[in-house]
Amino acid sequence: MNRLPLLIRMAWRNLWRHPPRTLLILFAFVLGVWSIVVLAAYGRGALEQQIERSIDNLTAHVQIHATGYRDDPVIDHRLPPPGPALRTALAQADVTAWAARVRVPAVVASERESAGIVLVGIEPARERGLSFIAEAVHAGRYLDADDDPGLLLGRKLAERLETGLGRRVVVMSQDANNQIADRGFRVVGIFDGSPEAMETGYVFIGRATAQQMLKLGDSVSELAVLASSRDRLDGLVMRLRAASPESDVQPWTTLEPLLVLAEELSGTILTIWYLIVFTAMSFGLVNTLLMAVFERIREFGLFQALGMPPRLILGMVLAESVILLALALTVGNLLAGATLLSLKGGIDLSAFAEGLEMFGFSPIIYPMITAADFVTANVLVFVLGVVACLYPAWRAARYAPVQAITRI
Amino acid sequence: METTVVCRGVSKIYRQDTVAVPALTDIDLEIPKLDFVCLSGPSGSGKSTLLNLIGGLDAPTAGEIEVDGQRVDKMEKGALADLRLRKIGFVFQAYNLIPVLTARENVEFVMQLQGVGAEERTRKARKILKEVGIEELENRRPGELSGGQQQRVAVARAIVSEPSLVLADEPTANLDSKTAENLMQLLRHMNREHGVTFVFSTHDKLVMEFSRRLITLRDGRIVDDVRRD
Repeated sequence: MNRLPLLIRMAWRNLWRHPPRTLLILFAFVLGVWSIVVLAAYGRGALEQQIERSIDNLTAHVQIHATGYRDDPVIDHRLPPPGPALRTALAQADVTAWAARVRVPAVVASERESAGIVLVGIEPARERGLSFIAEAVHAGRYLDADDDPGLLLGRKLAERLETGLGRRVVVMSQDANNQIADRGFRVVGIFDGSPEAMETGYVFIGRATAQQMLKLGDSVSELAVLASSRDRLDGLVMRLRAASPESDVQPWTTLEPLLVLAEELSGTILTIWYLIVFTAMSFGLVNTLLMAVFERIREFGLFQALGMPPRLILGMVLAESVILLALALTVGNLLAGATLLSLKGGIDLSAFAEGLEMFGFSPIIYPMITAADFVTANVLVFVLGVVACLYPAWRAARYAPVQAITRI
Repeated sequence: METTVVCRGVSKIYRQDTVAVPALTDIDLEIPKLDFVCLSGPSGSGKSTLLNLIGGLDAPTAGEIEVDGQRVDKMEKGALADLRLRKIGFVFQAYNLIPVLTARENVEFVMQLQGVGAEERTRKARKILKEVGIEELENRRPGELSGGQQQRVAVARAIVSEPSLVLADEPTANLDSKTAENLMQLLRHMNREHGVTFVFSTHDKLVMEFSRRLITLRDGRIVDDVRRD
């Protein structure tokens, strides 16, 4: 340990023997670290928004269905209203909100057009804070009660049906007796949704109204549950399964496999990006250190002649790379932090909005860096950087002293 | 008489591709403690090779070498490094100092490797720099010192931890005659005052005059060994 200050002092001064060279490699590393962190934050932000939006749309964190509903979401696969055991399980602190829904395939028709949709009967009060619907109504009003006679229509669907607020539409579906059920509704609210399929594919009415129209009694299609954290659902899912063993209780990760895949893919892409950037950086780093080592061969011979053990010579060259990496990481992270702070209001990609919508991305991306992403990026650059420097350091430590000293 | 260096039948052959080039042949030599020995001879006579072998910087092809009773030719790399660190000081012709360290830090370098505490290091370094006459230059880096001043720092570094033996390979080769004379006076002073054995090489007659024993090499063999005191 007594030698550590000596190694660090010499390593630091060696780094600045050729300031332009050190600054150049430092700049390359800072740029690399900056790009890794900012891109990770951008990717994480986009993915996080995609997941949150999907959860906010109708998925929630956990859904409970009758067995078979997920394979064939028809009226035959329905649930009884939640019993006391399930209600108790849903009343725990880790459940933020829950609501029952009727959800069946249907057709909506105006006087001019018709369209296939999913008819969703909701509990307006419970649904508030559980999904996007209450806040998405931009014209007219939200539903007042479970038996509200009105209907909420997406803006695009309203345009397609050539109908609007205050006009009447007819909804047709199959009822619990396998008969065609139809009913006229007045459009009381127009909502915006994203992606566009939310506006064109879903129509919302009151839950009791839907049950009455479809002769469901008090049965529902699903229970949607929002938890206090989307990452710790195992306990909640187990509890709900125990409380409702005949039902199919699934977390969002099962309900939205594409999102999980996207999350995994995003992690892989980020890692590949880290490696590409790092490989480019490491060529510069290794080259710089090798040049520095070749220039100082006589010096390494002198160190050995003076009795410096080869492992300390290796340590000194490694210390040079560690200092360089630490500097680059510090400056790169600070710059990335400043960049992310300046992008706090979001990155506006509305010029590509249509394309982004197709993939479920919002046109405004809010970058977001997680501790895990930050630590991964930094540890990866640091560890791989040190590994890349092992070769020049090893070369420096293994010169035979007499050959090194007499080298011209 | 106690001996610091013993060489018995030492030979060194370098190989250049398939050609064997003998650098030293069958050297027998004893250097007593506190001696001040000059190795002389023309270029290629084997002076530097002999110094390198004694200092454990290179290994002999045949023969035995002892420094302070320890068999240098049998030692592993780590033990050799430790021997050089604790028992041998080196002064080279050029590229002697560590460019990123100041004069005092260069002198302290060996002591720091030895694990000497900071206060003692600084005290000893200042004392020896004063002794070699450059105490006011302690914070200068080698690039800011003249050749003679650099060699004084190198001598101070070689002597500061009081090794048994100092090996100096043509220490005056890059110095003008006046500076060379001053340096040799300094080496002789160190030899007397610090009780350190000195072996140095040169082909400068003026420098040879300072030695107490003059060993002449030619074609890798000792051709003359004259005691002058």
